[in-house]
Amino acid sequence: MSTITIREALNQALREELARDETVFLMGEEVAEYDGAYKVTKGLLKEFGPKRVIDTPITELGFSGLGVGAAMVGLRPVVEFMTFNFSILATDQIINSAAKMLYMSGGQFNIPIVFRGPGGSAFQVSSQHSQALESWYAYFPGIKVVMPSTAADAKGLLKSSIRDDDPVVFIEQERMYGNKGEVPDDPDFTIPLGVADVKREGTDVTIVARSLMVPVALKAAEQLEQQGVSCEVVDPRTIRPLDIDTIVASVKKTNRVVVAEESHPICSVGAEIATQIMERAFDYLDAPVKRISGADVPMPYAKNLEQLAIPDVNRIVAAVREVAYLD
Amino acid sequence: MATKVIMPKLSPTMEEGQISRWLKKEGDKVSMGEPLAEIDTDKATMEMQALANGVLRKILINEGQSAPLGQTIAVIGEPNEDIASLVSEAAAAPKKQEQEQEQEQQQVQEQPAAPPQPQPQAKAAAASAQPSSRVDGRQPQAATADSGRLIVSPLAARMAAEAGIDLRSLQGSGPGGRIIKKDIEAAISQPKAAPAPQTFPRAVEPGRFPQAAASGYRDEPSSEIRKVIAKRLVTSLGPVPHFFLTTEIEMDRAAEMRKGINALDPDLKISINDIIIADVAEELTQYPEVNASFQEKSIRYYEHADVGVAVAIEDGLITPVVRSADQKSLSEIAAEVRELAERARSRRLKPEEYTGASFSISNLGMFGIDEFTAVINPPEGAILAVGAMSAKPVVRDNEIVIRQMMRVTMSCDHRVIDGATGARFLQTFKKILENPLYLVV
Repeated sequence: MSTITIREALNQALREELARDETVFLMGEEVAEYDGAYKVTKGLLKEFGPKRVIDTPITELGFSGLGVGAAMVGLRPVVEFMTFNFSILATDQIINSAAKMLYMSGGQFNIPIVFRGPGGSAFQVSSQHSQALESWYAYFPGIKVVMPSTAADAKGLLKSSIRDDDPVVFIEQERMYGNKGEVPDDPDFTIPLGVADVKREGTDVTIVARSLMVPVALKAAEQLEQQGVSCEVVDPRTIRPLDIDTIVASVKKTNRVVVAEESHPICSVGAEIATQIMERAFDYLDAPVKRISGADVPMPYAKNLEQLAIPDVNRIVAAVREVAYLD
Repeated sequence: MATKVIMPKLSPTMEEGQISRWLKKEGDKVSMGEPLAEIDTDKATMEMQALANGVLRKILINEGQSAPLGQTIAVIGEPNEDIASLVSEAAAAPKKQEQEQEQEQQQVQEQPAAPPQPQPQAKAAAASAQPSSRVDGRQPQAATADSGRLIVSPLAARMAAEAGIDLRSLQGSGPGGRIIKKDIEAAISQPKAAPAPQTFPRAVEPGRFPQAAASGYRDEPSSEIRKVIAKRLVTSLGPVPHFFLTTEIEMDRAAEMRKGINALDPDLKISINDIIIADVAEELTQYPEVNASFQEKSIRYYEHADVGVAVAIEDGLITPVVRSADQKSLSEIAAEVRELAERARSRRLKPEEYTGASFSISNLGMFGIDEFTAVINPPEGAILAVGAMSAKPVVRDNEIVIRQMMRVTMSCDHRVIDGATGARFLQTFKKILENPLYLVV
């Protein structure tokens, strides 16, 4: 075990997979000479050379299409979006090409591609650069969507994503690159896609949180422990396929649930999770499922407004107390 | 066209009915409005009328059997019509009861035989009678929203079903009175009054505890009225915070007055209980805060004294109501009570005659009971438990003398009546009963 940042964990995963499989290559804006806009690809150009680590022009749709083509002929591209906000330009390739190819080719073409980069809110980069787009991609059959919240999960899940034969949208969190955590040193350490993780065990209320909301939920759980409320924090880690069984098992134990997310509330992943809980655990609910989401507004630039738009510890604490009938 | 005959709602608290007697046989012609069957409800035996013309083709619930509200109990149709689908649908019906219940209530309202309102005796009487039984005929429940609907979390509903707990007996602690897990756990942890034997006594191991075999018993199915009594009373002592006030009353003058009146006209047959009713009615007008009931979000004060009089009947009790007793003379009260009690014993009371009292009196004096406490019949605010009158030595002016003494205990709903209020009520009640001529001036 070593304690490293999420940034370093992702870098390790890329390095190990590049070394392990010569069909793996990286592509994106500033990934090579500049070591990546967030330094996730640091040192990889030097180590693996310009055929494996490729700087692209500012043409998201173009290089995503290149990636899909490369995957069709047997390579394993890892396409970095400087942020997922720019993936919006590439949605035609991600959704219409990558997600559909296996189906429309009658099973002839797997697309083993990873689209990765930071998503969600950052620090005062305003509306166009602070978007949580996971529900867009999770909506489509044919794509897997992964959102790690710890260094170990980031490493284990990215390695599994690269080895997976289907397109994977791998959304990191811009605010979390510096978060540290223990990561196994084993070069074959992976975490299977589609398996949720109970980040904290508890008995009274389940908090389902992903990505940025996991550390926030864990802090809320600590505060609530002092108030006599025992919270279980479940991190789905993979949005599609969603490990609803682990979530439902937790809800059956606690009977109350808060779903926390930084994305907008309407048509969100949290809405989907709440629905599935209702469908599968209705008779175990002692209170309505409570959702805590980001504000339903374009992300404000002003620091104070930005803080108000993103769910924080206090909001989660209040939501837990509400479903536990404590107020 | 063939139509289903469904178990109608014949009393406000009825949830199922037992066919006491079919008045028509299969194959008999029936016309709309004609009596079809007698049905034992929770409180009385009522006639059910046909709501269609034709022939009684099929009886699905036999005499002595029960059916929940809305269940198909018979089919009326043309003599040669194919009713197979209706009959098989009825067999699968219990699932659909709930929906049909609604439809059902409308039909009963159209029935001329059971007018939902009391006779228009005095406008005021009707006005005071109605509020105490809600328009939809249901008693206010512990855990209901304004719509009268039970609010229960899905988990609590399932736990209650598994534990056999009646949700209507619970007070929800969640928002809007929602019954939640905690409430069910509290209900489960309360000792049950009479736990039903879960298993039959097993044969004991030979040689061990040879004399410890359980004594035999027999189980008899609960009658409708017994079920309702059980259901109603747990909605009382549980959620209603009772307190009790007892006083001893010298009854010599009341007894003397009764004797005097009955000597004047033996037909009047005034009883001590009639005098108590008149006294209670008088006090209820003097103490409007006692003539009241708790309504969750408000306290309802009644304009007149509608006094319920508990009458023991075979297999239970029923509380016919003397409406506006405060406006009636002693002889009117006596005649009315006698008439209501007779019909109660033959189970011929109409629902509006035994619901909607604001205060009740229960008298066990005839059984030689000295004193007892009675359980409030919600939503009434109080009930007076009357014991036996008997000669006792008492001290008057430092002398021991013999007087006819009677003990009464008033149970009060503390949400409406406070201790001092109840005490003042009882004090005045006692003063008048000890000087009953007040009642005639």
